[in-house]
Amino acid sequence: MTVHIPSALRSYTGQKSEVEAEGGTLADVLSALDQRYAGLRFRIITEQDTIRPHIRIFVNEEQAPGLNVPLQPDDHVHIICALSGG
Amino acid sequence: MSRHRTIPSSKPPAVPKPAAGPVTLLIGTRKGAFILRGDRSRRTWKLSAPIFLGHIIHHLVLDPRDGRTMLMAASTGHLGPTVFRSTDAGKTWKESVAPPAFPKVPEGQKGRVVNHVFWLTPGHASEPNSWYAGTSPQGLFRSADGGVTWEPFSYINDDPQYREWMGTVQDGTPDGPKLHSIIVDPRDPAHLYFAMSGGGVHESVDGGKTFTTLLQGLDVVEGFDRATPTFHDPHCVRYCPTDPDRLYQQNHCGIYRLDRPSNRWVRIGRNMPKQVGDVGFPIVLHPRDPDRVWVFPMDSGTVWPRVSPGGKPAAYVTHNAGKTWVRQDKGFPRSNAWWTVKRQAMTADAREPVGLYLGTTSGEVWASRTGGASWTCLARHLPEIYSVEAAEF
Repeated sequence: MTVHIPSALRSYTGQKSEVEAEGGTLADVLSALDQRYAGLRFRIITEQDTIRPHIRIFVNEEQAPGLNVPLQPDDHVHIICALSGG
Repeated sequence: MSRHRTIPSSKPPAVPKPAAGPVTLLIGTRKGAFILRGDRSRRTWKLSAPIFLGHIIHHLVLDPRDGRTMLMAASTGHLGPTVFRSTDAGKTWKESVAPPAFPKVPEGQKGRVVNHVFWLTPGHASEPNSWYAGTSPQGLFRSADGGVTWEPFSYINDDPQYREWMGTVQDGTPDGPKLHSIIVDPRDPAHLYFAMSGGGVHESVDGGKTFTTLLQGLDVVEGFDRATPTFHDPHCVRYCPTDPDRLYQQNHCGIYRLDRPSNRWVRIGRNMPKQVGDVGFPIVLHPRDPDRVWVFPMDSGTVWPRVSPGGKPAAYVTHNAGKTWVRQDKGFPRSNAWWTVKRQAMTADAREPVGLYLGTTSGEVWASRTGGASWTCLARHLPEIYSVEAAEF
């Protein structure tokens, strides 16, 4: 499936805005991404396996409430940095 | 917590000769890190481009044991915390493989999450590649491989008594409760101190197997119980490099000195001018003279503006371990300067006369080549400055 990477995380993906990854759940996909792009997962997922504040993850157009969301091979995963800051 | 302990009693380190080389300032800001390189005379300075622009850098520290490894505590407004490492004195950087993180708790329990790494301390000279980190919320971590990987250190992160003393986010500072001022006794790697805002000052003489509180003599906000560590808010604790049995502390409630083996802090800030008070964030010690200390007071009236009192910035120095204090404001703005200096943002070099450096909440770097007798602005228009460390390499 395709994972859309926000600009804040493209230092991990060699500036790629989209990468391909496989996995049956969001947790699997993020683990696979972290294998390839070490450190990426911890910037968006806490040590308690929760999505960090100000980060949202959408599967297709549905916001993922957690990491157990099941995924299909043709799903699109969007990692979004919330419109916040200063 | 009463546990048996003994204080290391080995001789104090020999007084080193003053350094003679150029000084480099490592600056952490709310929007990235900067390196400000001085020449040998400390008169000409060159500012680097921003490093990790947009990252929140709480601390940037050079390893004095090899003179080229640097660690940087970083996060952003959106992304989680991490530590960046350089092994070539800041030319290139890599990220820690396993940054400080609390253990994952079983499903259904509420585990803690590191919000940011706040403080970095290189380990003992006999333990190359060892580092300690303090986090927000309060956590103590150690790396044995130069910051590549980090593990929780000691029992305190999960100890019910310590967790109670750490309080909650509501008990901590507005920017989050913090563990800081991690001190490794240069005579003994097992002799450690750390401080928590809030949560008090703590000491271990057995390499972190046990810790005891060091709270005697410290004041707390009126109406609270000074026997309860939660109510203690040490802002910054430093030890004298040439007399590790002497500690100084800038606290939310005053300036203190502790001469071991005594466990009782003495409030030396009572000798500050009444109209200025003895509240601030940083405290800076002379590299060779245990009696000489600098502070940078701030306004702690009404709602705690945390700016220079009256808009008139000034350092204060004592040459006699706190008996008397002298105002040092030559070169600073005479009025309408509504900034202050955070706890990691004031430091000294090892030259003679000693150089002092501070970074302001308004993004200016000030220096004194004369032990604080006069001050010069080295850089301005930087983001809010969180930390300044002086390094010679």
